Amino acid sequence: MSWFEKLLPARIRTENKKTRRTVPEGLWQKCPVCQAVLYRAELERSLNVCPKCTHHFRISARERLNFFLDPDSQQELNATCQPVDMLKFKDSKKYKDRISQAQKTTKENDALVSVTGTLHGMAVVVCAFEFGFMGGSMGSVVGEKFVRAANHALEKNLPFISFAASGGARMQEALFSLMQMAKTSAVLARLRNKSVPFVSVLTDPTMGGVSASFAMLGDVHIAEPNALIGFAGPRVIEQTVRETLPDGFQRSEFLQQHGAIDFIVDRRELRQRMANLLSILTHQPALIS
Amino acid sequence: MNLNFLEFEQPIAELEAKIEELRYVGDDTEINISDEINRLQAKSRELTASIFNKLSSWQISQLARHPQRPYTLDYVHKMFTHFEELHGDRAFADDPAIVGGVARLQGEPVMVIGQQKGRDTKEKVLRNFGMPRPEGYRKALRLMRLAERFSLPILTFIDTPGAYPGVDAEERGQSEAIARNLLEMSQLKTPIICTVIGEGGSGGALAIGVGDKTNMLQYSTYSVISPEGCASILWKSAEKAADAAEALGITAERLSELGLIETVIAEPLGGAHRDVAKMAQTLSQQLLEDLQGLQKLSTDDLLTQRYQRFMAYGQISEVS
Repeated sequence: MSWFEKLLPARIRTENKKTRRTVPEGLWQKCPVCQAVLYRAELERSLNVCPKCTHHFRISARERLNFFLDPDSQQELNATCQPVDMLKFKDSKKYKDRISQAQKTTKENDALVSVTGTLHGMAVVVCAFEFGFMGGSMGSVVGEKFVRAANHALEKNLPFISFAASGGARMQEALFSLMQMAKTSAVLARLRNKSVPFVSVLTDPTMGGVSASFAMLGDVHIAEPNALIGFAGPRVIEQTVRETLPDGFQRSEFLQQHGAIDFIVDRRELRQRMANLLSILTHQPALIS
Repeated sequence: MNLNFLEFEQPIAELEAKIEELRYVGDDTEINISDEINRLQAKSRELTASIFNKLSSWQISQLARHPQRPYTLDYVHKMFTHFEELHGDRAFADDPAIVGGVARLQGEPVMVIGQQKGRDTKEKVLRNFGMPRPEGYRKALRLMRLAERFSLPILTFIDTPGAYPGVDAEERGQSEAIARNLLEMSQLKTPIICTVIGEGGSGGALAIGVGDKTNMLQYSTYSVISPEGCASILWKSAEKAADAAEALGITAERLSELGLIETVIAEPLGGAHRDVAKMAQTLSQQLLEDLQGLQKLSTDDLLTQRYQRFMAYGQISEVS
């Protein structure tokens, strides 16, 4: 505080002068596909889908859940699960530091948020990946929270929905991460046996260990338009086969053509389509006319 | 015998070369040098033991990929009798990167499934370097279901750099093929014993690697990503592979300490390729023991135990 400010009486002093701006940051956003300059509020109204070209922006787990579930219906599950650096993993940076940095920037404890809530009044269990948390990578916490959410759905006999957005298994937890593939897949076998629906929504990107486990084990697979979905990353494939990959390779439309997903849906229509689908699978009266 | 010595084995290689030379000399002269040869051989064994006593993770991963390391079919022929190889996924193709079939282990009928690498260039290409495509995993699943129907225990042998990262593999649903195996294997009503015999490469290994018990040969590796891949992503340089191998904890010893695998199976001095017959015998003994243990359980207990085993994977903390 400068000597001058100290002299001023407290009621005249203005705090946080430095952060005051006339134009808040992020008021405008450019669409990376059609280059249109979009008004942030308008973009949010259209659920972060470009109103000009329908490019689907990546969104955080919380935004996803807020868009998807009925207002004020959410109750978070297992919010206290925290990652552990059991291997004392250190590359160019310590895993411990990567965790705390990711926690700071995303305000999440790890890369998966799980909640119960309602969709057009129907109770459901939903988990959504936070891609901003170390690329949405799956480690022990993600696996455990997924399993607990699935078990919650099983106990309460509620439909279970997952929104995947992940680069794959988390390298910093090494083989523990790989085993989460087995763990998350095994719990889904139980849902199947009890005919509890599991719908997997694949968003940009869904790769590696996440796509090669629960994300591809849905009763129904739904993808957002133009999402990158696959096992091996395009760069790895390019290096292996030594040719440039065709346009649209590993995108939602490609996967639908090859029979891997049931349908592609615009984010703005997802609530309706999902509600319709689930009400049929669970023999409930039509929720939407 | 050309043992294809690895870089860290060079001192052994030099000693072995000297022994060979002496033998050669010994053939033409009448001087008895067998004592000298014996002395050197003992020294070579000692040297091998001392080098192999303190191998780094990176050196072990080189051993796991040793060009002379025994592959699935080598063990199949040495350990089992009456092997009938079964082919094809009944939907698209037969993937030579995964082999499987019925056989007898000391008389006991079993189903054997494993990834298969090639020995010479032609076979390497045919086997796609042990990297399966979706049809390989689907063949494996078909054979596992067959095993379940006829109450055959399943023995899998894991040895792959990973699932094949190719355009065709993606088109035919590599992810789905792996994922489906994980789900189905979690509830197959027959014992499944998995053994990593060489490279346990990520999801491609796991797709035939989930069951009631995991064994690893002493110099095999099991990892979420290859040390080279991990180094190039996290260290931005593939040359840091040795550091990555250490950090990832890919060796049998480390993974057993971490509780991720059950048994480390000792290899002969210098690695499995130095004495394949002995390795096969040890492995066969271990598998028989495992089978006897698991066959005592009722199907319900077997599946409950398997499920609990999967659910226990991972470490988290819970604080508000």
